[in-house]
Amino acid sequence: MSNPPSCRNMEYLIGIQGPDFVLVAADNVAASSIIQMKHDYDKMFKLSDKILLLCVGEAGDTVQFAEYIQKNVQLYKMRNGYELSPAAAANFTRKNLADYLRSRTPYHVNLLLAGYDETDGPGLYYMDYLSALAKAPFAAHGYGAFLTLSILDRYYRPDLTREEAVDLLKKCLEELNKRFIMNLPSFTVRLIDKDGIHDMEKLPVGPK
Amino acid sequence: MALLDVCGISDWVKEDTFSAQKASVDRVNHFNFAAREPELAVPIGVDPAEFLKPFTDCEDGVEGVTIKLEHGTTTLAFKFQHGVMVAVDSRASAGAYVSTQMFKKVIEINPYLLGTMSGSAADCVYWERVLARECRIYKLRNKERISVSAASKLLANMVANYRGMGLSMGTMICGWDKKGPGLYYVDDNGLRLSGNMFSTGSGNSYAYGVMDSGYRYDLTVPEAYDLAQRAIFHATHRDAYSGGTVNMYHMQETGWIKVSQEDVGELYHRFAAEKK
Repeated sequence: MSNPPSCRNMEYLIGIQGPDFVLVAADNVAASSIIQMKHDYDKMFKLSDKILLLCVGEAGDTVQFAEYIQKNVQLYKMRNGYELSPAAAANFTRKNLADYLRSRTPYHVNLLLAGYDETDGPGLYYMDYLSALAKAPFAAHGYGAFLTLSILDRYYRPDLTREEAVDLLKKCLEELNKRFIMNLPSFTVRLIDKDGIHDMEKLPVGPK
Repeated sequence: MALLDVCGISDWVKEDTFSAQKASVDRVNHFNFAAREPELAVPIGVDPAEFLKPFTDCEDGVEGVTIKLEHGTTTLAFKFQHGVMVAVDSRASAGAYVSTQMFKKVIEINPYLLGTMSGSAADCVYWERVLARECRIYKLRNKERISVSAASKLLANMVANYRGMGLSMGTMICGWDKKGPGLYYVDDNGLRLSGNMFSTGSGNSYAYGVMDSGYRYDLTVPEAYDLAQRAIFHATHRDAYSGGTVNMYHMQETGWIKVSQEDVGELYHRFAAEKK
């Protein structure tokens, strides 16, 4: 049973950029119609040592498109000896999404691309299924974004420390638990900085 | 002409030269074995539109209509300490009509791989047979059995090519490979999930209810057989499109075994008697 278009927004992605890091989180539910098929599903794809692609949307499209981008970014490194920068990877992804949009088989996926560049520093890129691309200090996807973007508008500062960014993220997730109709019990959280991608503790913290 | 097709000669040569008969019904021989362009031979004297109209949604045979596929089934699979349990019902329905109560919804790909079927029977049977062929080719080329992860990825990639073309298939690939027991859910959207417990089909929610309430990783083998059988039974009780018999398989380290095949009517009386 495939999901109707209105079902595709129940997933949640969020990204917060700091002065020298990017914090990203995604929910862990893989749903089919009204059933949660998996409770520990990872929606983040590692494009390179310092770039993560977060991908939600239509069931099979997400993995197919994200893995296609992932393999092509790795191929670029093999062919040329150096990696694509986050900005270049974001534009490459957008171009592919735009080309497929104008074909018989468009990919219905919403993306966040987060990365750290040696020269440009941290970067967070928002992309949607119509292949719009925007570099933003913070961003979110899904119905949950309606509840949390205002929290980010209110409390975000460009000079957040890592702890403050995690607290801001926790504020957003608490709001989802309180007001969002879907039960999203846990979120994968990762942080990207000059040392690479770091896994953080899953939120909300489970019962001890 | 068949020989031209086999030789693979290009289209512009074939066009308008040799035959004025274009439709396959015009030719004496309907079967182009090994032809490059497979054609569907329609029985003479039958109007295809009338014949197929009961199976579509539309009223008057408008252009672009698709065959309405039914998904009546319940299948489930779960991992536990002694391997993987697989249980399915056996009812095949075409709308409100029960075509058969004895349909085999588990494909035995090889002694270490099983595939379940839900959705369109034709799509499942065909694509899982193609998967079986690819698994065999893998074994011949690499001298070792294919892993469950690779087999499920092959199937997911095969159907992803037909995105949006109306395939209907929800399958679970279960097996035992070097990494131990494996269970993957693959469907026609190209979704592929690895997990410990899945149920598919129109009765899947009922099966999840019973399975989730009674599941522990450290079930004994008889307890696991009982849980799998009860979950399918309860789904067949509530879901109109599931029924027939409960077919159960157990995937062990030494390969799969077929555990049992019991009619749900008899199960009903057995469980009812136990409750008293």
